[in-house]
Amino acid sequence: MFGKLTWAAIPIDQPIPMIASGVVALAILAILAWVVIKGHLPYLWHEWITSVDHKRIGVMYTLLAMVMLLRGFADAIMMRAQQSVAFHSQGFLPPEHYDQIFSAHGTIMIFFVAMPFVIGLMNLVVPLQLGVRDVAFPTLNSVGFWLTATGALLVNISLVVGEFARTGWLPYPPLSELAYSPGVGVDYYLWSLQIAGVGTLVSGINLVTTVLKVRTRGMTYLRMPMFCWTALATNLLIVAAFPILTATLAMLLLDRYLGFHFFTNDGGGNMMMFMNLIWAWGHPEVYILVLPAFGIFSEVVSTFSGKPLFGYRSMVLATMAICVISFMVWLHHFFTMGAGPDVNAIFGIASMIIAVPTGVKIYNWLFTMYGGRVRFETPLLWSIGFMVTFIIGGLTGVLLAVPPADFVLHNSLFLVAHFHNVIIGGVLFGAFAGYTYWFPKAFGFKLHEGLGQAAFWCWQVGFYVAFMPLYAVGLLGMTRRMQHYDVPEWHPWLIVAGFGAALILCGIVFQILQLVVSIRQRARLADKTGDPWDGRSLEWATSSPPPVFNFAVLPDVSGEDAFWRIKKRAAEGTVSDEKPEYRDIEMPRNSPTGFVCAFFATMMGFALIWHIWWMVAAGAIGAFATFIVFAWRDHDEYVIPADEVARIDRSSNAQRQAILSAQAAR
Amino acid sequence: MSNAHHELDDCIDLAPGDEHVEGGIGQRVIGYLTGLGLAILLTATSFFVAGTDLVWQPSIPVALIVLAIAQMGVHLVFFLHITTGPDNTNNVLALAFGVLIVFLVIGGSLWIMANLNHNMMPMDEIMQMQR
Amino acid sequence: MSTVAFAETHDDPNTLRASSRSWSGPASKRIVTGYGFWIFILSDMVMFSAFFASYAVLVGQTAGGPSGRDLFDLRSVAMETGFLLASSFTCGLATISADARQTTWFQLAMAVTCVFGLAFLILEGREFAALVTQGAGPTRSAFLSAFFTLVGCHGLHVSAGILWLLTMMAQVFTKGFRPDIQRRILCFALFWHALDIIWIAVFTIVYLLGSAA
Repeated sequence: MFGKLTWAAIPIDQPIPMIASGVVALAILAILAWVVIKGHLPYLWHEWITSVDHKRIGVMYTLLAMVMLLRGFADAIMMRAQQSVAFHSQGFLPPEHYDQIFSAHGTIMIFFVAMPFVIGLMNLVVPLQLGVRDVAFPTLNSVGFWLTATGALLVNISLVVGEFARTGWLPYPPLSELAYSPGVGVDYYLWSLQIAGVGTLVSGINLVTTVLKVRTRGMTYLRMPMFCWTALATNLLIVAAFPILTATLAMLLLDRYLGFHFFTNDGGGNMMMFMNLIWAWGHPEVYILVLPAFGIFSEVVSTFSGKPLFGYRSMVLATMAICVISFMVWLHHFFTMGAGPDVNAIFGIASMIIAVPTGVKIYNWLFTMYGGRVRFETPLLWSIGFMVTFIIGGLTGVLLAVPPADFVLHNSLFLVAHFHNVIIGGVLFGAFAGYTYWFPKAFGFKLHEGLGQAAFWCWQVGFYVAFMPLYAVGLLGMTRRMQHYDVPEWHPWLIVAGFGAALILCGIVFQILQLVVSIRQRARLADKTGDPWDGRSLEWATSSPPPVFNFAVLPDVSGEDAFWRIKKRAAEGTVSDEKPEYRDIEMPRNSPTGFVCAFFATMMGFALIWHIWWMVAAGAIGAFATFIVFAWRDHDEYVIPADEVARIDRSSNAQRQAILSAQAAR
Repeated sequence: MSNAHHELDDCIDLAPGDEHVEGGIGQRVIGYLTGLGLAILLTATSFFVAGTDLVWQPSIPVALIVLAIAQMGVHLVFFLHITTGPDNTNNVLALAFGVLIVFLVIGGSLWIMANLNHNMMPMDEIMQMQR
Repeated sequence: MSTVAFAETHDDPNTLRASSRSWSGPASKRIVTGYGFWIFILSDMVMFSAFFASYAVLVGQTAGGPSGRDLFDLRSVAMETGFLLASSFTCGLATISADARQTTWFQLAMAVTCVFGLAFLILEGREFAALVTQGAGPTRSAFLSAFFTLVGCHGLHVSAGILWLLTMMAQVFTKGFRPDIQRRILCFALFWHALDIIWIAVFTIVYLLGSAA
């Protein structure tokens, strides 16, 4: 009846996961109870869960990322604590538990923190920057989000029911094959990523189509803000790379479920094919994460320097070059696994070449700041912190791209330090910059500046204290993923690294505090102008938060930095006085399709993990039925009448005009 | 003529799969018939070449690949209506990107794996030796 | 799939063609939907490329079992190819009838497409069943794993396509040629023709090269 699932699957004898999941379950129950008792459920259902508004979906993605960041960080700090005490001792985490923690940490941070964070920001901002009302496929957008959430849910279920993979964030065979990992851990990993991967692919298709086909009048390619360009490149990479991941994981699943021989030791299987394919996805994935961050920095640096982005066209070129070259370097992840010198040399050189466009970008940001009126507010601080940190990470990366050096450093903590250096210093700092920068656009009030800066400094210093020692122990020969060790030289460094993690924890606490304080002081922090940072692109041309249709009249774009031009013309008084002509606006109706689909996907995923075949069938039929019901809808749009549009637009315009004239009078 | 073609008239772009024809249904059917004819011809040649000993044997794989690529082109042009016209630029660019990735993945995998197998004995053979 | 309406798109015919270099605003829903689906098809091709790559790498790893030359029956493959090709043609006829809003012709062409697709699947199923009964199932060797996965993945796509085809027939039957249904027909046609293109690669690389080499 329930396949492999029995009561023994719940690890009652292990205190750490039981206490952790107990606390989380209590918190979830408390929130649910609060929502139900306060009567917020209908609001949540109508305004958020079934919403197909790209802004709402973007916010939900970001929220998912931030919640999962807490989970991933809890894993991280346990690992740091374990390694700072596990000198000549077993520490407090038994090996099988420690292995699950590092696997879950990597999986969560990449797939359920970094990915949803950047996708959420792209969802929120790209349509606004393009001056349009929504993404190309709004309902699909909601489906994509809920499938990603399903993946995250399955990973978290593994904490209580069964176990998670012990194979690292990429389950290398033959360790991940049934013979060596007979439990459900690897299955949890595989199915949650397959489901979340479908969601990511859907969102990638959606955003590529949006950027290429849904732009306001006059928004030619070379007038798009930099963030739209990086979003285009990222989503092209998603569309091209995620199918490889799906195929690779599908082959591993076939090996595990049906006894195929893709990566097994016997039957002619070849485990190196897994390394090859997983990294053919894995390297583009790195750029999927970091390119949107590059876009965010471009927006932030140019806005807070009060200057157009230096070298816009070279930036576009660099972005698209990275988009293509990132598909030509994947072998550098397994230099040491048997390729000959010719292959290694070519992939090593390609890996160094890809650093060139990135270098171009760094110079462009520096020259954008040069001679500008630079305002050192939190988003810019994150950007400057990024530039310094990312250069160090990039340089250690170029070092690792030299095959002979890689033979020394492969799978050492030096490598671990390197990729945290680029992912924290690049992706996460970028996401935080974007979060601070666009928060007022999404909610109509700014985040608290002082607490934001405190969080920044804790993160920045904490990062260096936590990861510079890892470079050192890496050079001293410590390999990654060690549960305990007995080399005295390593011990002091690892204690320092533990302190670094504690500093980062302070940063996270400040961020939570910042959010709470900002919400409580939202009246004082409110931004009624819609343009709190003196922005340059079209998302600042509408009110904050924008109306559901974003723009009452789609703006006409005549050059780069579209909103800056509009403001300049307004200042010069050359704007014609003709009243905008309001028309009826058709907007897509909300739809529970995404949520219902995700419900059936969760059911299917869980059933597949535990071999409950009848439930798999039920889930599949349910998902198909959901699509049929969706396809049979007669009214997928509703109309906002022109009068209503005019009323909303005039009132927000009047409000902004009043503030602007008050400022001018001062 | 149809809903699709109303929209075509005032657009500089075409949806992939839509064809830009001035003629009526007859002409469109002829287009599909031409595609079908060419495809049958190419398929038949492929199957013939694979089984024959009339041609120089080492040339067979090359011939088969060339025929397959030609047939894919026929399908793209006559069935999917991908053309070189300006209304199709975006569709062709997307296709080109996809084809580039396909070649990188297949070519790269074959090259890398051949190299690995040359330098490292596949697991299977190691297991054989241990027996 | 629902897409957003942009009433402004077609309102001002004068600015639209002002210059092909300037952008006239959001594209029509048909273009947006078709293009999005085109991107999906390209991603699907990339997924197939991973399976093709695995097949090409593992084709020699027969683990002492039978190789392609011992197993493949080219007559059956030729018939499968014929069915799929014919179904592609009738699918094109369905597209034309849908554009011309000829319900009867549309349903007829789709039904014939469905029959050809099912014939293809039956032949493929028979081939798979025969292989498994001879002891050449996917668990026999890495070569056969890769073979069953690649060809089976195409077969699964065809099955999904038939499910979609039947859904479209039912939709046209109940709702008629609404614009959103027309867009779905466009996407279905793209999908079906793309499957045929993948089959060209399958029969050339797997079957013809496999039995020639």
